[in-house]
Amino acid sequence: MGKILKYSFYDLIRSRWSYIYFMFYLLLGFVLFFLNNDVSKAVITLMNIIIVLVPLIGTIFGVMYYYNSREFTELLLAQPIKRSSIFLGQYFGVASSLTLSLVLGLGIPFVLYGLFRSDAIFDFSLLLITGAFLTLIFTALSFNIALSNENKIKGFGYSVLLWLFMAVIYDGLFLITLILFEEYPLDTFSLVATMFNPIDLSRTLILLKLDISALLGYTGAIFKQFFGTNTGFVISILMLILWTILPIWRLVYKAKRKDF
Amino acid sequence: MRQIIIIFLTCLFVSLSGLKAQSLVICDQCELKTIKEGIAVAQDHDTLLIRKGTYREFNILIDKPLTLLGVDSPVIDGQDKGEIFRIVSDSVTIDGLSIINVGTSYTSDYAAIRVVKSDHFAIRNVVLEKLFFGIYLERSNNGIVSNNKILGDAQDEYNSGNGIQLWYSKNVVVEGNIVQGVRDGIYLEFADNISISKNHSRDNLRYGLHFMFSNDDSYEDNIFENNGAGVAVMFSKRIKMERNIFRRNWGTASFGLLLKEINDAEILGNTFEKNTIGINVEGSNRINYLNNNFVENGWAVKIMGACYTNTFRNNNFIYNSFDISYNSKLNDNVFDQNYWSDYTGYDLDRDGIGDVPYRPVKLFSYIVNRSPETIVLLRSLFMDIIDFSEKVSPVFTPDKLADTRPLMKKKI
Repeated sequence: MGKILKYSFYDLIRSRWSYIYFMFYLLLGFVLFFLNNDVSKAVITLMNIIIVLVPLIGTIFGVMYYYNSREFTELLLAQPIKRSSIFLGQYFGVASSLTLSLVLGLGIPFVLYGLFRSDAIFDFSLLLITGAFLTLIFTALSFNIALSNENKIKGFGYSVLLWLFMAVIYDGLFLITLILFEEYPLDTFSLVATMFNPIDLSRTLILLKLDISALLGYTGAIFKQFFGTNTGFVISILMLILWTILPIWRLVYKAKRKDF
Repeated sequence: MRQIIIIFLTCLFVSLSGLKAQSLVICDQCELKTIKEGIAVAQDHDTLLIRKGTYREFNILIDKPLTLLGVDSPVIDGQDKGEIFRIVSDSVTIDGLSIINVGTSYTSDYAAIRVVKSDHFAIRNVVLEKLFFGIYLERSNNGIVSNNKILGDAQDEYNSGNGIQLWYSKNVVVEGNIVQGVRDGIYLEFADNISISKNHSRDNLRYGLHFMFSNDDSYEDNIFENNGAGVAVMFSKRIKMERNIFRRNWGTASFGLLLKEINDAEILGNTFEKNTIGINVEGSNRINYLNNNFVENGWAVKIMGACYTNTFRNNNFIYNSFDISYNSKLNDNVFDQNYWSDYTGYDLDRDGIGDVPYRPVKLFSYIVNRSPETIVLLRSLFMDIIDFSEKVSPVFTPDKLADTRPLMKKKI
C-alpha cells in the first residue's frame, strides 16, 4: 500500500492541477490578508470558502483520478498485490496531495502574516483540520461513486450531484422541514440533521469555536448545552471521523468484491 | 419684649454656632473611638474625621446633618450583621470611607448606605466590598452619588443586591462610579430626573443599568461591559441615552440595550459592540436612533412588534450577523441615511448616497424569527442564495422596510 500511495502521491503533486489548487489557496490567503489584517476575520471568510470549495474539488478530483488511472489500476490488479492496498493507496494518494495543497496554500500566508503571534491559531488549525476531513470524506465518497459506475459520464454526474446535494439541496430540505414542523420542538432534530451532512457538520464545528456560537445558543436549552459547552465540539469531531471511516470502509468492501 | 430679644439672641447664637461647625476626630486612640459615639456627641453640621483603622460597627443611624470624612480610607466592617449606615437627615455627606461585609438577608434589603427621606445628600469616594445592596436611596431627592467604587462578588441573582438603587427619588446625580459584580449595577424605580454619567458598570449578574417606571432621566458617557445584559429600560418615558458604550454583553440571552414599553426616547451616538443583540426593542414608540455605531453584533437591532414612528438615521451598521430583525409585515419606522457594511449598491452621481435602496431585513432573519431552530443554518451556502434572491425581489420581508438613501461611507 505504501508504495502505491507513494506513486499516486508523487504522480499527483507533479500534476498541473495540484499546483493550480495550491496557488489558488496561496493567492486567496495573501489577498485576504492584504484586504484586512485581522487573522480572526480572515478565518471566517476562509470558512465560507472552504466548506463549499473543498468538497467540490475533493469530489471532482477523486472521480477524475479514478477514471484516469483505470488502466494503471488494471495493470496493478494483475500483480500479486492485495486489492485493498491498491485502492486505499490510490485514495490516500489523492486525498493527501489535496490536503497538502490546502494546508500549505493557506498555511504559508497565515504564518507569514503572524499567525503565531495571534490568538486565532486554534481557530485556524481547526479550520485546516476540518478542511482536511472534508477532503478525506469527499474524495472517499467520489471513489465510491466511481467504483460503482463504469460509465464515466454517469460517475461525474453523480459526484457533482452529490456535492450539490450536500452543499445546497440538503440545507434547503432541512429548512423546509424545520418550517413545516415549526409547531414541534425541533432542537434535537436540527442537531441530528446537522450531523448527517459533513458540510453542515464542519460549518457547525467552526462556528462553535467562533464567538458567534452565542448566537446559536440563543434558541433554547438543548442548543445552549450543545453549542455552549465542549459536548458539541466532541460530538462533531467524532461524527466527522465516522464520516471518514464509513466511505473508506465501503471502498475497501466494494473493491474486494468488484469484478474487473 | 425682653423675652423676644432673648429668644432672638438665642436663635442667633444657635445659628452662629451651627455655622461655626466643629471637626470631631475619631480614631483608635482618640477620645471618640466609634462612629456611633461621634454621631451622638456631634452638633448639627459638624464634620466627623474618621482616621485610618478598622471600625466594627453596623446599624449606624445618622439623624443630623453631618459630614463623615474618611482620612486614608478607614474601613467599616459590618461583620455581615446588618446594614451599615442609615441616613435619615437632610444634608449628610459621606466621603472617603471603605465599607465591607454588609449583611445578607432575604427579608430586608440591607444596604451599605441607605438614605431614607432625606434631601441634599452626597456620597463620594466610598469603596464598598462584600456587599448585599450598595447605596440605597429611598424617597430622597436632590443628592449626588459620585466616584464610588462598588466591588461585589455576587454569585446568584436571588441572594444578591443592587449596586446603586434609587427608589422614588428625584433629581439625583450619579456620576463616575464603578460598579461590578452585583445583581443590577444601577437600578432605578420610580426615579425621575436622574442624571447618570461617566459610570463604568461591568460584570454584573443581571443588568448594568436598569430603569423601571422612571421618567425624564438621562444617561451619558457610561460604559456597560460584560453584564448579564447591558441596560434594560422598561416602562419609562423620555429617557435620553447618549454616547454610552455597550460592549461584550455576549451570551445566549444577552443584549446591549433592552427597550420595553419606552416612548419618546433619544438614543444618540452610542456604540454597541459585540453584543448578542445590540438593541432589543418591544412596544416602543417615537424613539430617535441617531448617530449610533453597531459593530459586530449578532443582531444589531431586533424589533419585536408594536413599534411605531421610530427613526433610524445616520447610524453605522458594521459587520453584524443580522442588521435588523423584524417580525411583522407592517412597517411604520423610518430608516434613512444609515451606513450598512453589507450594502452592495452603487453611487453613480457621487453624492455619497447609494442609488439603490438597502433592505436591512434579510430573509434568513425573517425565517429565524419564525422558527428559531433554523439558526443552525447560519452562514450556509443555501441561506446566502435565498438571501440573495430575496434581496432581488422581496416576497417575505416587509417591502417598505428599506433605507432608500443608504450612505456609501461610514459616518464618523
